[in-house]
Amino acid sequence: MTMPFYSSVDQLLRDRSELARKGIARGRSVVVLTYTGGVLFVAENRSSENRPSALRKVSEIYDRIGFAAVGRYNEFETLRNAGIRMADVRGYSYDRRDVTGRMLANYYAQVLGTSFVEQQKPYEVELCLAAVGETPEADQLYRITYDGSITDEPQFVVMGGTTEPISAKLKDTYRPGMELAEAIGIAVEGLQATGTPAGSGPTGSNGGAQATRVLGANALEVAVLDRSRPHRTFRRITGQVLRDLLPEENRAVDAPPPPTVAGDDVPAASGAVNGEQKEQGDKPGGAANGS
Amino acid sequence: MEPRLPVAPTGPGAYLAPGPSSFTDFVTANAPHLLPGRVPAGLSAAPAPTGGAAGLQVPHGTTIVALTFTDGVVIAGDRRATAGNVIAQRDIEKVFITDSHSAVGIAGSAGIALQMVRLFTVELEHYDKIEGVPLSLDGKANKLASMIQQNLGAALQGFVVVPLFVGYDLDSADPAKAGRIITYDATGGRYDELLGYHAVGSGSVFAKSALKKLYDPAADRDLAVRTAVEALYDAADDDTATGGPDLVRRIYPVVVSITADEGAVRRPDDEMEAVVRAVVAGRMEKPGG
Repeated sequence: MTMPFYSSVDQLLRDRSELARKGIARGRSVVVLTYTGGVLFVAENRSSENRPSALRKVSEIYDRIGFAAVGRYNEFETLRNAGIRMADVRGYSYDRRDVTGRMLANYYAQVLGTSFVEQQKPYEVELCLAAVGETPEADQLYRITYDGSITDEPQFVVMGGTTEPISAKLKDTYRPGMELAEAIGIAVEGLQATGTPAGSGPTGSNGGAQATRVLGANALEVAVLDRSRPHRTFRRITGQVLRDLLPEENRAVDAPPPPTVAGDDVPAASGAVNGEQKEQGDKPGGAANGS
Repeated sequence: MEPRLPVAPTGPGAYLAPGPSSFTDFVTANAPHLLPGRVPAGLSAAPAPTGGAAGLQVPHGTTIVALTFTDGVVIAGDRRATAGNVIAQRDIEKVFITDSHSAVGIAGSAGIALQMVRLFTVELEHYDKIEGVPLSLDGKANKLASMIQQNLGAALQGFVVVPLFVGYDLDSADPAKAGRIITYDATGGRYDELLGYHAVGSGSVFAKSALKKLYDPAADRDLAVRTAVEALYDAADDDTATGGPDLVRRIYPVVVSITADEGAVRRPDDEMEAVVRAVVAGRMEKPGG
């Protein structure tokens, strides 16, 4: 007769947290922030360049609700589909006004929280659910993490790999009441604040070349929940329109993107394997990710 | 008879499970009580004497017309719903924008038709959101056909729904042929109307005769809207179930135009008022149009 190995709940949850954190930290970052006209999503995503079927990190959920995610593509895609289904079933059963951001955020928190405790492997994702209100004060940004923790952020949400430099930068530059171009400007500046996209080591240790990273329209996935639009407020901003909204120095950066693998930012599947490689230094996908 | 399920359909599991991109398929699998036109099992055995629904006085929608023009397509509907010899509603809306480049007009049993259009609209939006690209125009048309086919049981009881579907095909190579009109029968049969105009509902015979004489493939949008209103006027002239423009109560036909640039747009009431007044003024001179 065998005895099951004993491991404390504390240890178990800590291991799962570590796995999830590693998975999330490998992705490129996403910034969500509010501006006068609504909510802005800016993701660093090289597969998004003007292609309708690109693998996306930002999506529409319902009339006034949008979704952004980082981490494992298949996992947040499942969650995105679940959110759309739930919103559509709810809106069809009752009324379109009865689908709220709070309800969906709670649903996501429950799914992630339950999975974190009950499943072998937690979701390696971090989500932001945004709902645009009638007035700027009514906008809502919910950040939901892999363990089901949910926070209601008043101004901006930064998710993904190296979030600290981006958050620090945005804390300095963000102010309420920005117009769209200004908001895109500070979001892109924030994303550029990381030395490398997936954060292979602390910023600055990679030399000066990395610090002057400039992201062009091809490397960005930008969308807004536009308060002024009736019915479906979600709108992607791509191509020339996006280029015109970017800061001056980013407009010129228009080189065709390097052939990277789309979707999961690191192609290999196992979080544990990649986690170890990451700690040793550069990682397999990293070479192609740099700009 | 199966028990009535609560409105909230499923646990979180069903939403997370891999499944179809189709909202209708998802609802069919997980919350079938939300689907339109389901005749409870106990009722379906009953015979349908003299058209079934005749005994049950439910509102019926009447005339819908559609015609193409150079840049797209126009669809228009009168505002009357009848239940037997009574006007059930004099300002009902029977033409609906279903997504950015398509619209549906409904004739037949109004209750089921409205539910069907609602489901169809959610279906198109759901697919667009899940897949990131909208359905093709033919995909939309076939989906609507299958929804009408699902209603066959109710149709046999007398609750027939006959929609008229129009859309602008953004993938079309020839912009002059991108405005499309598609009609259906009660069994879900789908027919492309390549002549450029069609009408459904009780006044459709008269509306179609008018369109036959007035239709001009080279018309611009304003002329196409005017032609649609003329056809509805002729239908109302000879069919009691079709409502004419009501200048007293300011009730005008619902007209939707679909073009590549503007997408589906419901023509505003003040524009319709001007068109209707012009048509009525014309008929004062010459009642036959």
